[in-house]
Amino acid sequence: MSSPPGGGVLDGRPVIEISDVTKYYATANLAGIGLKNLLVHPRRSLRAWRGMRRHTALDGVTLSVKRGECLGVIGRNGSGKSTLLGLVAGVLWPNRGSVRVRGRICPLLELGAGFHPELTGIENAILNGVLLGMPRRQVVKRLDRILEFAEIGDFVERPLRMYSSGMVARLGFAVAVHVDPDVLLMDEVLSVGDERFRKKCTDKLQEFRERGVTLLFVSHAMESVLEVSNEVAWLRGGKVEALGSPAEIVGRYREASRR
Amino acid sequence: MPHWMDLLRVLVGKELQVRYKGSFLGYFWSVLHPLAFTAVFYVVFRHIVRLEVEHYAMVLVTALFPWQWLQNSVSASPSWFLDNASLIKKVRFPRWTVVLAGTFTDMTHFLFAVPVIVAFLLSEGFPARVEWLYWLPILTLAQLLVAFGISLAIASMNLFLRDLERLTSLVMLIWFYGTPVLYPLSRVPEAYRPLVAGNPAGALITCWRSLFLEGVVPLGALAAALTGGLLLTAFGVLVYRSLQWRFAEVV
Repeated sequence: MSSPPGGGVLDGRPVIEISDVTKYYATANLAGIGLKNLLVHPRRSLRAWRGMRRHTALDGVTLSVKRGECLGVIGRNGSGKSTLLGLVAGVLWPNRGSVRVRGRICPLLELGAGFHPELTGIENAILNGVLLGMPRRQVVKRLDRILEFAEIGDFVERPLRMYSSGMVARLGFAVAVHVDPDVLLMDEVLSVGDERFRKKCTDKLQEFRERGVTLLFVSHAMESVLEVSNEVAWLRGGKVEALGSPAEIVGRYREASRR
Repeated sequence: MPHWMDLLRVLVGKELQVRYKGSFLGYFWSVLHPLAFTAVFYVVFRHIVRLEVEHYAMVLVTALFPWQWLQNSVSASPSWFLDNASLIKKVRFPRWTVVLAGTFTDMTHFLFAVPVIVAFLLSEGFPARVEWLYWLPILTLAQLLVAFGISLAIASMNLFLRDLERLTSLVMLIWFYGTPVLYPLSRVPEAYRPLVAGNPAGALITCWRSLFLEGVVPLGALAAALTGGLLLTAFGVLVYRSLQWRFAEVV
């Protein structure tokens, strides 16, 4: 395990190291994804089906993120962004190459994942904190701070099904940022909540980076990408199409999308 | 304390709370089910089929409650991982805790219902026994192993073969009739008896019934139940470990 954020030695080695990673899915077993691809890219899927009967989601990808930096990952649907996130989160394993992450990883879940509608905000916060890797006692100790950050007021004692979607998102974000991650993974999560809460999230992310937390940020919202990341990788067909400063890469990506 | 114990605690807490919160009949539902079955089977087999078995109602009660636990655990198992798809895709945590938590929850329901079994026995004139106190944890452990092993294997395999869910309910139905729940073991013809008493569920039910009615646990059946439980858990772990790395791809 690496040192906690904010302390320890800055050794300059990347916190996330993805070296020459290839990941493919056996389409024969993936009825869902297979069907989706068949509808979205019929020609490509049929070719893939006849050829290898497997779908290459990532193809020789090499990326690294240093401590306290934020890598934004952009690309069209099916370009391999989520696979990349899954590999870094440790829920997927590469077929070739290696993925190394130093420190505690915390994924920011999509709206309400891991929450139960019948449980109260407090119960859900504890459940989620433990699922994300915190000892139960620690979650309980930080409960006040979590609930304060979430700004859900009296609703903490009410079942989650009474919450607005914004409140659910705030609670989820509040739990995740109090896990004390070394690496925070985000998949399109800043798009929920109102303007004020988004501002609060971006501020928190900025504060995280200053404390040395490393961020991996996958999004279609280019404004958020420009705001949060200091480097951007553009994935296309499972390969890194371009890597560089946010303004440059986002510009090129937009240019390519228009065509 | 290892993290999986914390996980287990919050997951069991969640299941119990969800079960008992929404409906105020929560606890009674978990008792009502086996009781209703007892009533139905009693009427059918005692008054219609006219099965001549001594204390038939007690024969049913002492078997239907533990069977209900096994049945609930195994029937729910195909969806344990499917229902947690969004977590499995994003978060790295020991996924087997979800299945163990489910099995624990059903076990808790069973333990909550034990006083009901005891009340029935006492009202029918059966004596309360000291033996219950120390055999109960042992039989519970044996059944926990059986239920967990099967559930873990089914929950894992169902991600790859979704039809398993239908197959499971069919197999459970056959297993129910092949297990001495509705009839005492003594009614089974000699030739089939090893098969009926030797399968883990048959052995467990034989032990439970004998413990509640007579205060003794037949050691042969206990050995069969424990061995079966250990083997099934080993099998479940094996299946889980060989498939687990692909869960996030297929869920």
